[in-house]
Amino acid sequence: MTDPDTKTMTDDPRSTSSSDGGDASAPAPRVPLPPRSATSGAVSTATDREVLTTAPGISVTGLDAFYGSGHAIKDVSIEYVPNKVTAMIGPSGSGKSTVLRCINRMHEEIPGARATGKVMLDTDDIYGSGVDVVAVRRAIGMVFQKPNPFPTMSIFDNVAAGLKLNGIKGINLKERVEQSLQGASLWDEVKDRLNEPGIGLSGGQQQRLCIARTIAVEPQVILMDEPCSALDPIATLKIEELISDLKQRFTIVIVTHNMQQAARVADTTAFFLAGELIEHAPTAEVFTNPSDSRTEEYVTGKFG
Amino acid sequence: MTALGQLTPRRRITDRVMRIVLAIGTAIALIPLIAVIYYLLSKGLGAWSIDLFTKDPTGNFLGDQGGIKSALLGTIEMVALASAIAIPFGWGVALYLVEYGRKGRFASTVRYFVDVMTGVPSIVFGLFVYATLVLSGWGGSSFSGWKGSVALALLMLPVVTRSAEVVLLLVPDALREAALALGTPRWRVTLRVVLPTALPGLVTGSLLAVARAAGETAPLLFTAAAVNGTTFNLGERMNSLPVQIYNDVQSPSDALVQRAWGSALALVTLILLTTLVARLASRRSRLS
Repeated sequence: MTDPDTKTMTDDPRSTSSSDGGDASAPAPRVPLPPRSATSGAVSTATDREVLTTAPGISVTGLDAFYGSGHAIKDVSIEYVPNKVTAMIGPSGSGKSTVLRCINRMHEEIPGARATGKVMLDTDDIYGSGVDVVAVRRAIGMVFQKPNPFPTMSIFDNVAAGLKLNGIKGINLKERVEQSLQGASLWDEVKDRLNEPGIGLSGGQQQRLCIARTIAVEPQVILMDEPCSALDPIATLKIEELISDLKQRFTIVIVTHNMQQAARVADTTAFFLAGELIEHAPTAEVFTNPSDSRTEEYVTGKFG
Repeated sequence: MTALGQLTPRRRITDRVMRIVLAIGTAIALIPLIAVIYYLLSKGLGAWSIDLFTKDPTGNFLGDQGGIKSALLGTIEMVALASAIAIPFGWGVALYLVEYGRKGRFASTVRYFVDVMTGVPSIVFGLFVYATLVLSGWGGSSFSGWKGSVALALLMLPVVTRSAEVVLLLVPDALREAALALGTPRWRVTLRVVLPTALPGLVTGSLLAVARAAGETAPLLFTAAAVNGTTFNLGERMNSLPVQIYNDVQSPSDALVQRAWGSALALVTLILLTTLVARLASRRSRLS
């Protein structure tokens, strides 16, 4: 479980680093995945933990995914660099969302779906036999295509949901909610109505609420599945600005249908076609000088 | 001739005729409903008095015949116990079917049996409890209130389960995924996200079952039987409104038939009040 590279033990409990002036850009400390036996308490106890100065990266090797008998992902290997935004583009059905789900094992929630291969969060094998799926998802948060705040909860409770649902104690809930809402640049818009229902917000605000909810549990990686496809251009712009802020603290993977969006926010871009990774390179290179002719055809709008 | 063309007379007439036919059909369907409410009010209200609700039936054919206190309280007690049994079990089965069992062979078998049970006539549940619990004298007595409750609970169970399953299926998967992606264990997602979201629908569905149970005579006739006195001991024989109505209506005494109408109105009012209270209680949370 221990990382040989990250033996930087500090006596500082996590709460002190996050409470000094509510610094939203402070890098999230890296905690190795607890084994299955460790319950939610492991996240809340803020003593003797190893702290890394950046978010971890993710490396996927030889990933194959199936829906029933359909072969959705074919031998995909890809690296997601720490504290960078990686965009995954490609036509519908090319498998980019499936790859995303395989990273935090959300594909297991789809009946008939299964995946083989290796997904490493830093040095932890996400598909390892002793690894608890709950711990994986706590380390790797997810934002969905359609904003999905909990309809029965207030704005405050929505952000606190991840902590409350998991019974995490020993943290200042109010403070964490404020930090998370500020981190999602939503605080100024909602600070006077935290007790109103979350579904009363506009679509763009709801999506930022969902981002706040995701970062409130302090994951290390955030996966975004077309987070702006249900939003208007202004709301989209806000989310994109937010993504650029968030990469200070998190490693971000974003699936998008919008190539301009990939060009605006992503450090590197991966192009998928029919379940295969065709090309993964710095964004500028993918859009101006792609090495594969299919990538060029797609980004120049010849198909898809 | 305009660019849009004219509505032909034939189509206009067809439209008119169809509307009238449907309106008449609706009116015909409403007649029995209104008639029931009218008779209930006109005959039942006249029978209502303070004594009706504060006195037990005396059992006398002539002279003072008493009220329906024991029947009213007996119905409330037995239906409450039946609900306490059937609603948690029904919700539990529905939760299993929707959250865990969706497509499994076991789940579809359970679903099939629940469907079959929905169609079982209520008297069969009464007979079943009579044969198993009453004849064997379980718990030291033959007929008793709790045995009536068991019969009612068996009757309610499939209705509660089926309606709860439909409501739980309405909870968007996006909410389950959102909670799971926050690193929440499945059982907490079910308990803290799915249940609260579905609560108003669950309550409404269960109330249908409660209302049905409250109005059932057959399962109670030979499980709880009928007595005159009020009892709060579910181990004893217990009176109930439907059984009281059943007995009163058969009587040649006009006063007793009159009391049956009063009881019927009381039963309907009781169900209405329960529905109202539960609706208000569950209004706070809602499915968007």
